[in-house]
Amino acid sequence: MIKVRIPTPLRPLTKGQGEVEAKGSSIEEIITNLDQTHPGLRGRLCDEKGELRRFVNIYVNEEDIRFLKGKETALKDGDEVSIVPAIAGGR
Amino acid sequence: MTKMKALVCRECGKEYPTKAIHVCELCFGPLEVKYDYDEIKKVISRKKIEAGPHSMWRYGDLLPVEGTSSHSIIGPHAGFTPMVRAKNLGAYLGLDELYIKNDTVNHPTLSFKDRVVSVALTRARELGFETVACASTGNLANSVAAHAAAASMQCYVFIPGDLEAAKVLGNLIYRPNVVEVDGHYDDVNRLCSEIAGEHGWAFVNINIRPYYAEGSKTLAFETVEQLGWRAPDQVVIPMASGSLLTKIKKGLQEMQALGLVDRVRTRINGAQAEGCSPIATAYKEGRDFFRPVKPKTIAKSLAIGNPADGYYALKATAETGGAMDMVSDEEIVEGIKLLAQTEGIFAETAGGVTIGVLRKLVKQGTIKKSDVTVAYITGNGLKTQEAVVDAVGRPVRIQPSLVSFEKTFKMGKNGQG
Repeated sequence: MIKVRIPTPLRPLTKGQGEVEAKGSSIEEIITNLDQTHPGLRGRLCDEKGELRRFVNIYVNEEDIRFLKGKETALKDGDEVSIVPAIAGGR
Repeated sequence: MTKMKALVCRECGKEYPTKAIHVCELCFGPLEVKYDYDEIKKVISRKKIEAGPHSMWRYGDLLPVEGTSSHSIIGPHAGFTPMVRAKNLGAYLGLDELYIKNDTVNHPTLSFKDRVVSVALTRARELGFETVACASTGNLANSVAAHAAAASMQCYVFIPGDLEAAKVLGNLIYRPNVVEVDGHYDDVNRLCSEIAGEHGWAFVNINIRPYYAEGSKTLAFETVEQLGWRAPDQVVIPMASGSLLTKIKKGLQEMQALGLVDRVRTRINGAQAEGCSPIATAYKEGRDFFRPVKPKTIAKSLAIGNPADGYYALKATAETGGAMDMVSDEEIVEGIKLLAQTEGIFAETAGGVTIGVLRKLVKQGTIKKSDVTVAYITGNGLKTQEAVVDAVGRPVRIQPSLVSFEKTFKMGKNGQG
């Protein structure tokens, strides 16, 4: 199982939970699995073409998946995934 | 007057109440304050602004807080910093009319962050918060800590573990909770985004960001007023998250829309350090999206590898016909020295980036001799002494005698050398 941390804007879809568990061996599979257990989640994370939205950042064990293999980034049991809105910061 | 109508998503347009939220629930886009410009137009005028306080709060009608009376504002002295006519530097670079907007002397913590923090903390208190926090590369933390002390608010500042000594000390002196995080600013920022979701604090650059970021507009307002109610032809702005650049553009547009300035054809130019230039690199490669990077530069205050407003900064530059460029660490140090030695202004590393890129843009012909140009110097050199300590030489040491002095400087009597 993979632990996934859910940001505030998505918690209405997870009954308020800040952390959920999901199954899958890649980010893509995790998103698919999450969309089954929490319908609507895929549409919030991905645009019409299936690409991650511009302002969604996903991290595996604290590393931005854009430094890894994007949605194809492989996952193993015990990995932690964080979904974090990109809009924050300014020095 | 209720000048704030709502928060609105920049991407999909969904509206939200003016609370402590910063992200659209539907598309994760950034939320921005939507103003009632018709109401603002009725009350604002050049005359009213000129009669206002000698701080950025003279533009209070265009800032996202409910009350702008002196007792409700936190940080009432921020802004309205000098606009320096840089004749020496202009002559050196070959520019007829160059100005330095000098935020190295902003009150109280010597960087442009005093502007955004003043707005953020004023708004945070209006929204009922007792505890303020931020993720910061130093200047922001200093400003939040100082303003929180003055406002008697609880304060947490989160900083990367490799900051300049003066920026760390510049937090501790105000006695906030200073949390050093093992990692880069982007790690700090991600962590704080998660903490902000769990604790009911006002994170100035996260859940208060829609208000906070608006404070940067005052640099544009002051520019126009201090140039005699005209907009410059060119501006050069340092970029970290890219927010400052987008807000200077917005400030100029607002002034035009409200009839406070006749004509705005300002080209907006962005400056980054080579060791962290995701936005400028995207510009050079003709992309409208950036790839995040792992920062490695002496310009730590600009070291954001995953810039939240990078996309909008690229758009702002493209829309105004501006340019972006980047400079090496050596060029940053050169830039700091050049500004100090021509204009007597000691800037931090971000200022070296701005001057270095200004120099490049003039050399390339992007900025022309007759262009009225403003360069934004956003932080003070005393905070980043490590960057220049090996590049400025040592004092001349002598014995406490006239002979020793005159011998050292090879002078005869009466100072004749």
